[in-house]
Amino acid sequence: MLIGNYKETYASDEALFRTPATRAWMAVGALAALLFPFLAGDYLLYLADLMAILALGALGLNILIGFTGQISLGHAAFMGLGAYTTAILASRLGLPFWLSIPAGGALATAAGMVVGVPSLRIKGLYLAIATLSAQVIFEWVFTNWTSVTGGIRGLNVPPASVAGFRLDTDGRIYFLIVAVTVVHFLLASNLRRSRWGRAFVAVRDRDVAAEIVGVNLFRTKILSFMVSSYYAGIAGGLWVYFTKVITPESFPLSLSIQFLAIVIVGGLGSVKGTVYGTIFMTLVPEVLKAGTGVARAVWPDAQSYLFPLRDVVFGLLIVVFLIFEPHGLAEVWNRVKRFFSLWPFAK
Amino acid sequence: MSEALVHLLQLVVSGVVTGGIYALVAMGFVVVYKATRVINFATGEFMMLGAFFAWTAMSALQAPFAVALLAAVAASALLGTATERLVLRPLLGQRTISVIMVTIGLAAIFKGLAQIAWSGDYRSYPPIFPRAPVELGPVLLPSRQFYPFLIAVAAIALVGLAFRFTRTGIAMRATADDQMAAFGMGIDIRRVFSLSWSLAAMTAAVAGIVVGVIGGISPQLGAIGLRTFPVVILGGLDSIGGALLGGIVIGVLENLAGGYVDPLLDGASLKEVVPFVVLVLTLMVRPYGLFGTREVERL
Repeated sequence: MLIGNYKETYASDEALFRTPATRAWMAVGALAALLFPFLAGDYLLYLADLMAILALGALGLNILIGFTGQISLGHAAFMGLGAYTTAILASRLGLPFWLSIPAGGALATAAGMVVGVPSLRIKGLYLAIATLSAQVIFEWVFTNWTSVTGGIRGLNVPPASVAGFRLDTDGRIYFLIVAVTVVHFLLASNLRRSRWGRAFVAVRDRDVAAEIVGVNLFRTKILSFMVSSYYAGIAGGLWVYFTKVITPESFPLSLSIQFLAIVIVGGLGSVKGTVYGTIFMTLVPEVLKAGTGVARAVWPDAQSYLFPLRDVVFGLLIVVFLIFEPHGLAEVWNRVKRFFSLWPFAK
Repeated sequence: MSEALVHLLQLVVSGVVTGGIYALVAMGFVVVYKATRVINFATGEFMMLGAFFAWTAMSALQAPFAVALLAAVAASALLGTATERLVLRPLLGQRTISVIMVTIGLAAIFKGLAQIAWSGDYRSYPPIFPRAPVELGPVLLPSRQFYPFLIAVAAIALVGLAFRFTRTGIAMRATADDQMAAFGMGIDIRRVFSLSWSLAAMTAAVAGIVVGVIGGISPQLGAIGLRTFPVVILGGLDSIGGALLGGIVIGVLENLAGGYVDPLLDGASLKEVVPFVVLVLTLMVRPYGLFGTREVERL
């Protein structure tokens, strides 16, 4: 049980992982992540890649919503923008992934800056609807600017390669995806504690008060939009090398909503929560799929109810979490931890 | 009259028809927003359920159209009240993101349930109106657009008048205006909230039936709810008159873009994004819409 907060050096005060226990668990986690692709099957690897990409995108949205309190219903559009940039650079100009993915991130950042501008004048519901229109308009451009995006047929992208070694399976691309995601998660954890991160939180809690204590509202809001879209753009770039094909249908409004659901279920403003939320929201449909597969033995129609059932469960999760567990899985996890560390003195 | 002019008139008239339906849907948004400051992202799904209720009454119970319409409206009213009581009330006063997300969650639930109950197939109502197209001067309107439009207009008028003149309507407007004062004058705020949701569900049901008569019913019918956001933003989120005007403006613009620009773009349809472009422009120039109340922050 952690009973004190005694620090002797500035370095230990600033450390991201503060206790020996945390450091040990992180090391175990890193080792497990390294060994995972050699032990897991194709299906688990596919899921792991997917979750890492979704987590990265969701983290961007959490920075925007959870840290800064700005709402976006168009997050998938930024992911699409990054993905298309990466795909076009990789397939038409043959750029390697270490150039095309950052380029996608850069363009998404620029777009985020533009879409973020109205956030100074409009708030809350109006902002949500403004970003919704960004989603619709971007999606329309992806579909209709055929000469560049390939229209509905989409684009095929060559696999990423490192020094001639082709990352063309889910197991090989895993290392790229997970490395990028982990680095960005560490960055976000640090961002939260930085001057800018504190400015984000101040804007979220009371924008007028933040401005009075010297936070530049305009710059902070725009920066938050930029960071958020940057994360989405990078996630989009990874997505391209993961699926190797890109179509406008990959980035619909429902993906934006999926990101929102991950953030809500995981915990608004919690970096760790984003991981829990992603794992949870990705596994639930898979469990349902397995469940209907089993149920088919006794009830042959079960399969046809899978998709509607998925919708219902998805919606129920959002509603139930909002009403009963508004701080998400991060808070549930903290409660569990507290229970064990205080046991048997309190419950 | 020259052919080009007739073409223009044709586009404008069918734009007004579409706009009337948008306006009806938008009223559902406005009624809820005025009273509770919530935007209901599940409006489209309320429409879809209303349309299915009426369809069930007509096809399974052989009810005549008018009875089916009333039954669907009544069922939707119950659904609206139940939704407010069970889902929205626990979240009163929470952050905007929670309130938005809870209605999005509701939308997913309704859509899934409808698909389980009625399957994902396309259906249509049994023939209701005379088949002959209606002539309005030089313009021809298909009967399945004209009569539903009349229903939409009647519903708008009914809700507008009820809002203006009935005791409950006045209580609702008072609550929208100043909640504390209304509460002080003995208005039951919780009842107003619950009534607003049932009223919104009722207008949505009528709108859903109208859309269903024109284009058939499926669990995807709710997608049109999304296209109404530009309408409410253009008109102002808390203005019923604004919803009306916004609906017609967007409907006409959309149709003009479809009629004049789309044939020039091969395959692309500008019609689909025009409302959202208007939305972005509105937010830039007048974020609170043409007739919305400007939000003033006091410290």
